[in-house]
Amino acid sequence: MEYKNKTLFLEGDVTKFTTTDLLSEFSRIKISEIEFIDLQNVKSIDSAGVAFIDELKFKLKDFSPQFINVSEDINASIETFSAEKMPEPEPAGKANIFVMLGASLYNWLDNFRDAMYLSVDIAYWSFIGIFDRKGQRKGSVIQQSILIGVDALGIIGLLSLVLGLILALQSAAQLRQFGANIFVADLIAISMVREMGPMMTAIIVAGRSGSAIASEIATMKVTEEIDALKMMAINPIRYVVVPKFHAITICMPLLVTMATIIGIVGGLIVGITYLDLSVVSFYTQVINVLTLKDVLIGLSKSVFFAWVIVIIGSFYGFKVTGGAEGVGKATTLSVVASIFAVIILDALFSLVFLI
Amino acid sequence: MREPIIKVENLVAKYDDKVILDGVNVEFFPQEVTVILGGSGCGKTTLIKNILRLFEPAEGSVTIFGKETTKMDEDEFNKILEKIGMLFQNGALLNSVSIFDNVSIPLEQHTNLPVEIIEKIIEVKLNLVNLGHAIRLFPSELSGGMKKRAALARAIALDPPLLFCDEPSAGLDPLTSASLDELILKLKKQLKMTIIIVTHELASIHRIADRIIFLDKGRVLFQGTLQEAKVSGITEVTTFFEVGKFE
Ligand SMILES: Nc1ncnc2c1ncn2[C@@H]1O[C@H](COP(=O)(O)OP(=O)(O)OP(=O)(O)O)[C@@H](O)[C@H]1O
Ligand SMILES: [Mg+2]
Repeated sequence: MEYKNKTLFLEGDVTKFTTTDLLSEFSRIKISEIEFIDLQNVKSIDSAGVAFIDELKFKLKDFSPQFINVSEDINASIETFSAEKMPEPEPAGKANIFVMLGASLYNWLDNFRDAMYLSVDIAYWSFIGIFDRKGQRKGSVIQQSILIGVDALGIIGLLSLVLGLILALQSAAQLRQFGANIFVADLIAISMVREMGPMMTAIIVAGRSGSAIASEIATMKVTEEIDALKMMAINPIRYVVVPKFHAITICMPLLVTMATIIGIVGGLIVGITYLDLSVVSFYTQVINVLTLKDVLIGLSKSVFFAWVIVIIGSFYGFKVTGGAEGVGKATTLSVVASIFAVIILDALFSLVFLI
Repeated sequence: MREPIIKVENLVAKYDDKVILDGVNVEFFPQEVTVILGGSGCGKTTLIKNILRLFEPAEGSVTIFGKETTKMDEDEFNKILEKIGMLFQNGALLNSVSIFDNVSIPLEQHTNLPVEIIEKIIEVKLNLVNLGHAIRLFPSELSGGMKKRAALARAIALDPPLLFCDEPSAGLDPLTSASLDELILKLKKQLKMTIIIVTHELASIHRIADRIIFLDKGRVLFQGTLQEAKVSGITEVTTFFEVGKFE
């Protein structure tokens, strides 16, 4: 780059490899007056180079210099890549804090209403679906049961065992001091059956299957698969959600039962090794302390948790907007929301059954 | 005057506040191939989706098979949908099941045909779109053009009297595209289908179009027969037929 006689001479390659240097070179040149920019010796130019030319024009707009000796090729490139004639992009929605606050409250109410509608829809079609399998794919309940239930056996079993061990160990030392060793059985049995079993299973299922439900439905939405189902006169809720609803309603109580038993076994291990209890005395104590009511509360909780997980997963799935990015967002939101909902629901249950 | 099979009156379509279609009046006649034309992003897909209630029209009315549909309840509209096939612009195959299962969905859901017959139909429909070999594959194992064709097979699984195709030949080579046109003509002739197609390919339009609907800036610039279009005197329309490009 050279500057003399009111003319700026550009030369060689003006491309993405040279523009950075050219710009800094240009900033060092003191320009008092300029009439021409000479492109005669420019060998090649690409879109970065044209952007540099645009930038030159902008910086020198007070002088409005003329471009001279522009070869046809170079001129064609400039025509193609120049940003000058581009139309203004559409303005993005403007953000006003009050408008945003109002909108978010409004959105929240809107969402809540939509979620209620969806729940009713899902409940209705799931009930109909028990008697009439039309509108579902053959074998989909079994397939979903495997995904939601069978595949989760390992992780839920392992975590319940660890949870049982931890609970028992935590209390073992205190109980021993008072010679109340046998009460570890009461403690483990009640807490696993009523609280820990259902809640921990629900949290794992929310993480595994709730997210899978949300992401599957969201993907189907953005790839227009949901629309395609509608066009085939197939109700997407019936086709996609109902099999999951049935599968999770069956699997959840079974998973919770398993988790509870394994958790109690964890307690038993601590009882035998650390508290000198025998298997028989531990077992008798567990059977004696548990009531039918405890078991029923635990199981009914598990069913409610299951429903909440399906409904929240579907809700975020159907609500997705945008492309692949939206799917990720929907999945994350659904997991956070369903774990939150499970814990709140659990608290409500505790309150109700406290009495 | 013949009765139109679909009549769209004064349709206004919006996404949020952005008006895409601004008072569209169009008619589609039975046993004709109508081509919807217009630059990319002008609202062709939007028009189809509003007719089929995938989006709710902001204003206007749509009459299909003689019944006003925009206010119809879902069960009644589903009855109409059973007589309509739709090929989406991106195919929209169900990715979790095989091509065979994709084509079988409408057959299983809306007929009581025995399995053997359903299997035959699926094979025939896939062969019609030259995909007989891909019957056991999954959508993720197909190329873009193959997906389109598989989706077409699904759309015509039930021999619907009314077929919508959103750019069926985009992404296909000229030979496949020509054989697709032949198929469309066969469907029209032998199954007496009414077919509504979005396409930009001049060669294809000349082969198949009975009528043209030309959209521009949210309005109908022209509608009429192919011959009328060429002599319409509307610059955008005649230019398109001369050079095959939108202004
Ligand atoms: N889901 C959506 N949300 C918001 N705007 C949309 C949506 N879908 C389409 N649009 C807008 O509506 C306009 C028309 O889109 P449409 O898909 O109907 O175009 P088209 O004529 O089918 O174009 P192409 O030939 O590229 O398929 C576009 O400007 C697009 O930005
Ligand atoms: Mg389109």
